Amino acid sequence: MVLKDQLFGKDLEELQQVSLSLGLPKFTGKQLADWLYKKNIHSIDEMSNLSKNARDLLNEKYEFGLSAPSKIQTSIDGTKKYLFPTALNKFIETAMIPDEDRKTVCVSTQVGCKMGCLFCMTGKQGFQGQLTAGEIVNQIRSIDENGEVSNIVYMGMGEPFDNLEAVLKSLKILTSDWGYAMSPRRITVSSIGIIPAMIRFLNESDAHLAISLHTPFDEERRKLMPVQIAYPIAEVVNEIKGWDFGRQRRVSFEYILFKGLNDTAYHVRELSKLLAGIKCRINLIRFHPVPGTPLESPDEETITMFKDLLNAKDITTTIRASRGQDIYAACGLLSTKELSATKQ
Amino acid sequence: MARPAEYSRAEIPLFAVEIIENLEISPGVFVLSYRQKVDFIPGQVIKVALDKLQPPRIYSVCSGDNTELVSILYNIKEEGYLTPKLAKAVAGDNLFVSLPYGSFHGDHDPAYWIATGTGISPFYSMFQSGLSDQKTLIHGVSQLNQFYFEEELSWALGQKYIKCCSKDQDESTFAGRVTEYLLSLDSLPKDYKYYLCGKSLMVVEVRDILIDKGIPYAQIFAEIYF
Repeated sequence: MVLKDQLFGKDLEELQQVSLSLGLPKFTGKQLADWLYKKNIHSIDEMSNLSKNARDLLNEKYEFGLSAPSKIQTSIDGTKKYLFPTALNKFIETAMIPDEDRKTVCVSTQVGCKMGCLFCMTGKQGFQGQLTAGEIVNQIRSIDENGEVSNIVYMGMGEPFDNLEAVLKSLKILTSDWGYAMSPRRITVSSIGIIPAMIRFLNESDAHLAISLHTPFDEERRKLMPVQIAYPIAEVVNEIKGWDFGRQRRVSFEYILFKGLNDTAYHVRELSKLLAGIKCRINLIRFHPVPGTPLESPDEETITMFKDLLNAKDITTTIRASRGQDIYAACGLLSTKELSATKQ
Repeated sequence: MARPAEYSRAEIPLFAVEIIENLEISPGVFVLSYRQKVDFIPGQVIKVALDKLQPPRIYSVCSGDNTELVSILYNIKEEGYLTPKLAKAVAGDNLFVSLPYGSFHGDHDPAYWIATGTGISPFYSMFQSGLSDQKTLIHGVSQLNQFYFEEELSWALGQKYIKCCSKDQDESTFAGRVTEYLLSLDSLPKDYKYYLCGKSLMVVEVRDILIDKGIPYAQIFAEIYF
């Protein structure tokens, strides 16, 4: 059986090339983009402004390229977790987090992850493969909330800057006029700080940047995040200091609090030194223990005190609300379970 | 959002050195050496590049601290930018390297050294530097010809050199992966240090096994190959 190429996930230039290669006019590429990214259809046959001949030609070599979730879990707080199958019996997770008038979708960029962070469930799968731009955008298109998504965060499974080409292409599809035409200011890409890829991202996209910081101390971060050896946080921050983020674009730092490890006044002092000169925000995140990690979350009093100390140092700091805890909305547990099940 | 095209202002500086030797020790696996009088702590890494246009890659030093030759162990990654070109380098060619850095430090404390594939590199450096007392080395590979430096390590470490091979087998080798070997052990000393070096999945799995066996996480030191 010959596998057909997928239309969903191609950018405008590629769709124009597809059209030309089939002997169709170049403008058919724009029509295809409209059908793929602006209308709620699921098959090439539904592209009613294309001739029957054009649709037959397309069907011969291509498929639409959407993939439905295989499992959906809903939390008591309304957060939903979608499990999408990918090639070779692997799985990725997508979370949808409703909040008053907003619906934020947290997308995955890789199947598994190479980074091996101590606190991360996804890392326990190891690296299983890269997602295509189509598979990334499909996580917004193939959920029940398609058309209602207000914000997108690239904070699901995988390290976005370790799959930069697909991530940049997905951002292009999401923000271009011919695509979803979303404002890049409603999109945040979160990374552990792979510097060369971060530079390209800052040059080629206008989306917000979030960096996983978790501790300002070199050795401590190395224990939590082995990537520190390759891209020390001081180098990442120095690089960020060289950029003018302007008034619209935002850089923020993610900081998961671990009891007795990174929740002290020393950390506050060092964070304020490290981030001096950057207009940024710190998002404090409660740690929800995952199997096999020796880490714990501090109590609420410590979390609040840590936030207050940072705010007192003029670093805007917020505590991220925990959502979907009853369905493990953010930890890679569901896909790891599914992966284990397929291995047995 | 403009920004100078230069790779990164914060980058650790690279120096040009001359390659002394680039020896293929196993199919597709090389030990590359250059001369540089530099102090380092066994276990540290260097950044390596063939030019200053591409981001450098990081390799553990695999030579001892008692020689003026600094060596790295690498295998060719067909899809990679650096290693296919590096494999063609010959003595006299230039290479850009950083000074050694990092905190994956070997010492004389009792420890387990656990590696897969070319992750043996920092441990071979520690071994060459005379730090193999009170050490057990567990090396996991998929094929028997991937036990780099086997003869030397076997002679020096004896029973404390444990070879795990997941695909091939012989009488001196544990048949299976490093993780399977560790799981087969009843217990591990809780007051030892545990150094792990290899690809992320191995490091993550071994780290979980060690924690599960009661090893304090503060005694686990991990180096992941990205």
